[in-house]
Amino acid sequence: MNLDFSILLAQTALLLVLAPLLSGLIKNWKAKLQNRRGPRVWQPYFDLLKFLRKDMVLSEHSSWIFSVTPYVLFLTALAAGLLLPLVTAQAPLGLFGGVLALVGLLALGRFFLALSGLDPASAFGGMGSSREMIISAVAEPAMMLAIFTVAIAAGSTNLSQIVLASQGPGWKFFDPSRALAFTAMFIVLLAETGRIPVDNPATHLELTMIHEAMLLEYSGRYLALIEWGVAIKQLVLMALLVNIFFPIGLAPETTPATFALGLLCLAAKLLVLAGAVVLVETSNAKLRLFRVPDLLSAAFILAMLALVSTFLFS
Amino acid sequence: MSDLEAWAHIATSVPPATLLGAALCGYGLGAVGGLFCMRQEKLAAAFSFGAATLSALSGLLAGLLMLGGGAGTPAPQLELLPALIPSLRFTVRLDALSALFLLVVSLLGVAISIYSLGYAKSFFGRKNAGLLGAFYNALLLATTLTFVADNIWMFLFAWELMALTAYCLVSFEHEKPETRQAGVLFFIMSHIDAGCLILGFLLLFQASGDYSFASLHGVGAAMSPGKRDAAFVLFLLGFGIKCGIVPLHIWLPVAHPVAPSNVSALMSGLLIKTGIYGLTRVCFDFLGAPPLWWGVTILAAGTISAVLGVLYALMEHDLKRLLAYHSIENIGIILMGLGAALIFLHTGHPLLAALGLIAGMYHTINHACFKGLLFLGAGAVLHATHTRNMEEMGGLAKRMPQTACYFLLGAVAISALPPLNGFVSEWLTYQTLLQGFGTTDSLWRLAFPWSGAMLALTGALAAACFVKAFGITFLAQPRSPAAGAAHEAGPWMRAGMAVLAAACVLLGLFPALFIRLLDPLTQQLSGVQLSSQLSLNHGLVLGLPAEKAGSVSTLGLVLTGVCLLPIPLALRLVFARKARTRRGPTWACGQAGLTPQMEYTATGFSKPIRMIFKALFRPRRDVQREYDFSPYFATNIRFESHIEEVFVERLYRPLRITILRGSRRIRALQAGSIHAYLLYIFVALLLLLVFAL
Repeated sequence: MNLDFSILLAQTALLLVLAPLLSGLIKNWKAKLQNRRGPRVWQPYFDLLKFLRKDMVLSEHSSWIFSVTPYVLFLTALAAGLLLPLVTAQAPLGLFGGVLALVGLLALGRFFLALSGLDPASAFGGMGSSREMIISAVAEPAMMLAIFTVAIAAGSTNLSQIVLASQGPGWKFFDPSRALAFTAMFIVLLAETGRIPVDNPATHLELTMIHEAMLLEYSGRYLALIEWGVAIKQLVLMALLVNIFFPIGLAPETTPATFALGLLCLAAKLLVLAGAVVLVETSNAKLRLFRVPDLLSAAFILAMLALVSTFLFS
Repeated sequence: MSDLEAWAHIATSVPPATLLGAALCGYGLGAVGGLFCMRQEKLAAAFSFGAATLSALSGLLAGLLMLGGGAGTPAPQLELLPALIPSLRFTVRLDALSALFLLVVSLLGVAISIYSLGYAKSFFGRKNAGLLGAFYNALLLATTLTFVADNIWMFLFAWELMALTAYCLVSFEHEKPETRQAGVLFFIMSHIDAGCLILGFLLLFQASGDYSFASLHGVGAAMSPGKRDAAFVLFLLGFGIKCGIVPLHIWLPVAHPVAPSNVSALMSGLLIKTGIYGLTRVCFDFLGAPPLWWGVTILAAGTISAVLGVLYALMEHDLKRLLAYHSIENIGIILMGLGAALIFLHTGHPLLAALGLIAGMYHTINHACFKGLLFLGAGAVLHATHTRNMEEMGGLAKRMPQTACYFLLGAVAISALPPLNGFVSEWLTYQTLLQGFGTTDSLWRLAFPWSGAMLALTGALAAACFVKAFGITFLAQPRSPAAGAAHEAGPWMRAGMAVLAAACVLLGLFPALFIRLLDPLTQQLSGVQLSSQLSLNHGLVLGLPAEKAGSVSTLGLVLTGVCLLPIPLALRLVFARKARTRRGPTWACGQAGLTPQMEYTATGFSKPIRMIFKALFRPRRDVQREYDFSPYFATNIRFESHIEEVFVERLYRPLRITILRGSRRIRALQAGSIHAYLLYIFVALLLLLVFAL
């Protein structure tokens, strides 16, 4: 019990600290790849600190929903992170929910963020909310099918169980169903974290922004909470992807030694995935909004193929 | 405390049959009383809705006692009236399945009746509130009777009474032409479904030779496969019309919105559940040993209804029609659980069948709660703004703060978001479908994850739809003067909503407690009790029977959130101590002021979905511009956009035209000459004689 509590604290701290670093890293690498110097890796921490200290302006049209959302978003992202086996195969709060609860918690955060986009009565916010909800709706079946593929193979929706089952002797790097499901999940990851073929995190051009449009009216510490929450969500989704499909270094028991080893492995896996995201972002152009469903239905079909191939090869 | 215990003892020592009888009498009294003092509206409304509240409470207690008694409790039987004709007996029986649905009707009945005590005021001096109360009680009586009827006569009698009272309530505001049209459509569809049911029951009667439900138990074994399948199809059509399975649903989004809002809540939350009750009763109790294709058909029908229901809901900007389409979606989700359970019964997995039943039944209770809540909220909004059009609402969260809170709770619940009840039952449905994959080696097993993916799509689209419904209705600036002058609902109306909101929260946080009540039901229908295996850690965590197959605790998630809350609060204390907060205008690209016209509309919000699913919706739009010198500087623009359901256009309209044409032909027979009629009678007699020989 004591150990569990320390894992809980460690993972909470890790999520809080690692998340801004990961977004900083992606920004920095992206700039490097485009022959720019780019912001420092630590820049998101300074941004958060600055936002936290700043005065806040709330829209005169907004209601209490607008003030509740930053907390909901931050807390749901953090709680979702605690359902995930991050460093070792033990998820601190795995008993409280598996992958379905994780997806549900992130959806709850998104629900409130989209409401807050509509709240200040600005057309930009409404546009962002509309697009965000619709893209996530189209992405959802692909994500669920990809998750089902691994969950059915493991016979469980509990994430620790999925990780442990995929570590078994049957695990192969190029298992066709896993490779297909991974590709589908990677596309969904790009959509869910607002990355380039779907959304451009760096833009503030009215007609192209999706996620940023919803945040337009936020300032001060609310903005800090939202930015932080979104960074945590990104970390959670990326860690979910690498830990489910590449369960290397996730020890079944948590001791200081396995924790350190797991941390190293996690860092390595996240760096590789971040590199992949940066490559995709730099080498692709943003898609028109109505081309995005094509991309996501491709992900859906990949996930369906993954499932069918489980059926064929088992 | 001892007082309370004494009361609890008295309450539990009353037999459920007495309570049920009291409830039925109470509804009857409420109906008669409402008619009797129709001239004094206030008295009539208070009496009839008060009687409905008390009767529903009594029914609630009866259902709870029956289900709380565990699996072994004998089902009490009650003779309502002395039998006039030997085989025509008015008997009711409260077995586990009936008790569960009695629980649903009574829970919803309590909340809506309380709400109606306040809501009836809006009819004073305009329409007769006493008449409304009388029909309302009669509808509750008929629905309760449908759920507890113990023989075919009683069931069909209650079914018809329900259809007729519902028709009277749908066309309550019959001055409006759209209401009259909706009423007629409802009437026609109700009678098609009653016809299918009569035929189906005749087939069953042929095999059993007796009208009582007890003799119909497992009667399918005595029927030939062809007749069993025919009976299944007839019941699927009949009950499918009632619960709004796509494509039999066309009456539902037309009829539900035009009724008074308390009746809409009753119809959407409850009336369509009679279809679910009937299907469950027939498929699990009467026909027995289902072939594979029954389950697959129901699973497929559920999946299609869920996806299409939510897609059409997204296209609506009439708040009540939007909610009506969501009923179709949720019926689909319930059917997914039931269809999967039927498949498992076929493949011989009673444990999983019980899980599917629990998922379906839990969603039935949940849908009644949140859909009732949402319709009551919509009623309060309608009452305050006098419009159902969302494009004329907005800013209501500030003007009706409590209604907004309740509506938001309902929206989160129906979008299947944790920690509320919709999430729990969809979690159970997902688990049922996932477990289904391993039950068979045939290609059919791909249907389970496929349905699961469609359930995910449905959930995400429902969330999008309720961001729209709540955001456009309650947030931002008022879009019309009426919305700007809106006022909070009265205390009775708020109390009614509070009851259902509390039910949503409790059903969400303590699912294991309620699943225990389903034990007698799964014992009756699949022969297994599952609740002890589903609850971990003293019922605080919901887990699957298979070892470590997955668990969820909504309560745990909420507590996690509460424990993490100090983090953002501490951040504020440490860093933002000196920061000030002020109100300012919303950024409008430097223009002077933001007008409500600049806000995103409901139609605009769902435009991307309309574009993505263009092939399904086939939207028609008509833009007329008037301009002086260039089309880019229009002086006047008229925009019209219209979506017609593909089923109405492709299926029902040709059908209607064919029927009308056919009846015009047949009309030639009706010459009006008595000689011709005599000839017809003679020919008919001859034919019958030939047939008899």
